[in-house]
Amino acid sequence: MTQTEPSASQQPASTAVRDSAPIIEVVNLKKWFPVKSSGVLRRTVSHVQAVDGVSFTVPKGGSLGLVGESGCGKSTTGRLLTRLYDVTEGQINFEGKDLAKLSNKEMLPLRSEIQMIFQDPYSSLNPRHTVGTIVGTPLQVHNVVPKNKVLDRVRELLEVVGLNPEHYNRYPNEFSGGQRQRIGIARALALQPKLLVADEPVSALDVSIQAQVVNLLKDVQREFGIAFLFIAHDLAVVRHFCPEVAVMYLGKIVEIADRDTLYNHPHMPYTQALLSAVPDVKQAAVGGRRQRIMLEGDVPSPINPPSGCRFRTRCWRAQEICANQEPPLLQIGPRHKVACHFAGEIDDPSPVPVTLDVLGCDERGNRLPGREPHPELSAPGFLPTYNDLETHRRRSAAIDVSMAGTSTTAVRHTEGGKSGK
Amino acid sequence: MSGFLTTEAPQPTSRAHEAPFLVVDSLSVRFPTHDGLVKAVSDLSYAVHRGETLGIVGESGSGKSVSSMAVLGLHDAKTTRLEGSIKVGGQEVIGADEDTLRRLRGREVAMVFQDPLTALHPFYSIGRQIIEAYRIHHDVSKSEARKRAIEMLDRVGIPQARSRVDDFPHQFSGGMRQRAMIAMSLVNDPKLLIADEPTTALDVTVQAQILDLLQDLQREFNSAIIIITHDLGVIAEMADEVLVMYAGRAVEKGRTKELLTHPEMPYTWGLLSSVPDVAADTSEKLIPIPGNPPSLLNPPSGCPFHPRCQHKDKVPGDLCYTTLPALEPGRRGPNHLKRCHISNPDAVYEVDVLPEMGEDSAGHAIREGMAVPDMDGTTR
Repeated sequence: MTQTEPSASQQPASTAVRDSAPIIEVVNLKKWFPVKSSGVLRRTVSHVQAVDGVSFTVPKGGSLGLVGESGCGKSTTGRLLTRLYDVTEGQINFEGKDLAKLSNKEMLPLRSEIQMIFQDPYSSLNPRHTVGTIVGTPLQVHNVVPKNKVLDRVRELLEVVGLNPEHYNRYPNEFSGGQRQRIGIARALALQPKLLVADEPVSALDVSIQAQVVNLLKDVQREFGIAFLFIAHDLAVVRHFCPEVAVMYLGKIVEIADRDTLYNHPHMPYTQALLSAVPDVKQAAVGGRRQRIMLEGDVPSPINPPSGCRFRTRCWRAQEICANQEPPLLQIGPRHKVACHFAGEIDDPSPVPVTLDVLGCDERGNRLPGREPHPELSAPGFLPTYNDLETHRRRSAAIDVSMAGTSTTAVRHTEGGKSGK
Repeated sequence: MSGFLTTEAPQPTSRAHEAPFLVVDSLSVRFPTHDGLVKAVSDLSYAVHRGETLGIVGESGSGKSVSSMAVLGLHDAKTTRLEGSIKVGGQEVIGADEDTLRRLRGREVAMVFQDPLTALHPFYSIGRQIIEAYRIHHDVSKSEARKRAIEMLDRVGIPQARSRVDDFPHQFSGGMRQRAMIAMSLVNDPKLLIADEPTTALDVTVQAQILDLLQDLQREFNSAIIIITHDLGVIAEMADEVLVMYAGRAVEKGRTKELLTHPEMPYTWGLLSSVPDVAADTSEKLIPIPGNPPSLLNPPSGCPFHPRCQHKDKVPGDLCYTTLPALEPGRRGPNHLKRCHISNPDAVYEVDVLPEMGEDSAGHAIREGMAVPDMDGTTR
């Protein structure tokens, strides 16, 4: 495949935040939960492949959104980063250390650097502790302020998140859902973390309150320069919060791109289906339902995922190669990676698999003799060079003409093809 | 269901000649508690015709679920104070005896609950629960009822309904459970279906499937649907008419298109502007509604929304603090009702609200839906 040096015009205009060094780098992260047999021995019979080889980076002070349906492994990924789960395989590089390999004891000093905001503000706060205790505990555990200064710091934090600092003596049940989420945020901020994993921080809140909390998180990010891994299933909220977004399906990242590319020019069928499924208030002016892609059936079981591409069982582009070869997360733009053999906009999929060169296989997905898959496919982050789909298409069109009749796919010309959303 | 379902809402035909199937008239629901009387619903009136969909929006605690549970007579008569009138197909529900209600429930009016896992009995198979619902209202043999159950499961899109009918709820996925719930509620061909947050627990792709299913079934059975949700997007795509509730009261009511394009009540403005749009400018801050929903034990005086309202300075005097505005037509015709003192809501919306939402005053430049070409074999 062609490796193209992007011209200057292809570079995004504002690169200030994006190009800063990543605060955290995740390489080929896996989490497999054992499934035990019944009976006395409880042997491990299979594994739930909750997270199966994800790689990404979060820029310093930036935010990466992680979207996907329930059960796709986005929350598990968040919990792996905070080491609430042990890693099965892979690396989490944070400040020169690989968190995946640290013991709990070695992890202890680093816990203050990565904090988490939980989804449910009702079950994540201990009902028997006062707000002062909840927010003050991390300060005491990590010994960051002298004991007699803890209360002052707690008040400060409550003020930062927009609560009355004099309410430190109250219990969580005296607060509403939105206020409780603010307490959770204050607790996460107490240790001045460098990275916050926000796992569905607003989905348990009423719509009118959601906006308050999203704005608070944005203020906090700007003020303290905290990086966010923002996990949510609400595509609109993620788009609002994160300049870069990754889409997960069945334990894998299937597309990762900057916000504009992902929402306006998605190249992976699943992303396209997900985006078209979002109900839109503006539809009211038109009336009726928006035309949308209906996905058939349910997400397959992560215990026994489909071979090759995991989305192929529900995909309308699927061909033989999709069952034989897993599509790698291929970089096709300056800030755009996609895992699809037939990557392309909704009405314009690539006629020939775009992944043949990097995988070293033929059009049906059979490995060619003497060819090995490209080794750098699972590397996180973006490279200055990428595979240009247009060039690929022109080239394969030329081949198609010369081998007329032998190809299974029709030659499609690309002019005026970009009529997607 | 296969391929792309390009569905359109049923045309809002004039149904004036036909009596509405459900008429709720000045309904009040109050619960006495240790702390005092909770005024969950106050003076609520609406009507739904067959073949039409009413959407009820509001925050948690605004009385949307409580009012629709009253339609089914689900409130305990001993501990609830119900006033007003609810007529289902001419039959009064309030004060009706248990036998009458039992004939009504499931047969005339059915309900789809938010969380199918808690609404289905974990101990009985899906089929058995549907068969039970059918045999209560129909004098048929078990095998006949079973045939009907399989037919319904098949109709709502459960694959291999014949073998899945004996599965238990935990063997179904979330979307399938919701389908099974819908199958159960439709097994008696109810004339009114109340869907209480039917898709809130589901993912967007499954939500799209379920909403399509509801619309298909509505066309087929010509039933009336009440859909309760907090998602204005769902309302926009499903409902013919919208009722916005706040603090137990209707605060705005009108045809969906009219209400969502020309909202006249500050609370509706707040709902519209606090939700990020998938196409909006991301550098804009979201505009939340300040404060929290009021306690229904002790609702605010005057307009219940005034403590959170950012436009109360546009009303002369202290009207907002003292007087509850009536639910009456504004300037946009007799079918658009609002409960607000502001005399020129249209102008305020265009001048103050739309620019904040990052839109120009022409405002409703509608984003085109994703250009979806014909693609055969989507179902594979």
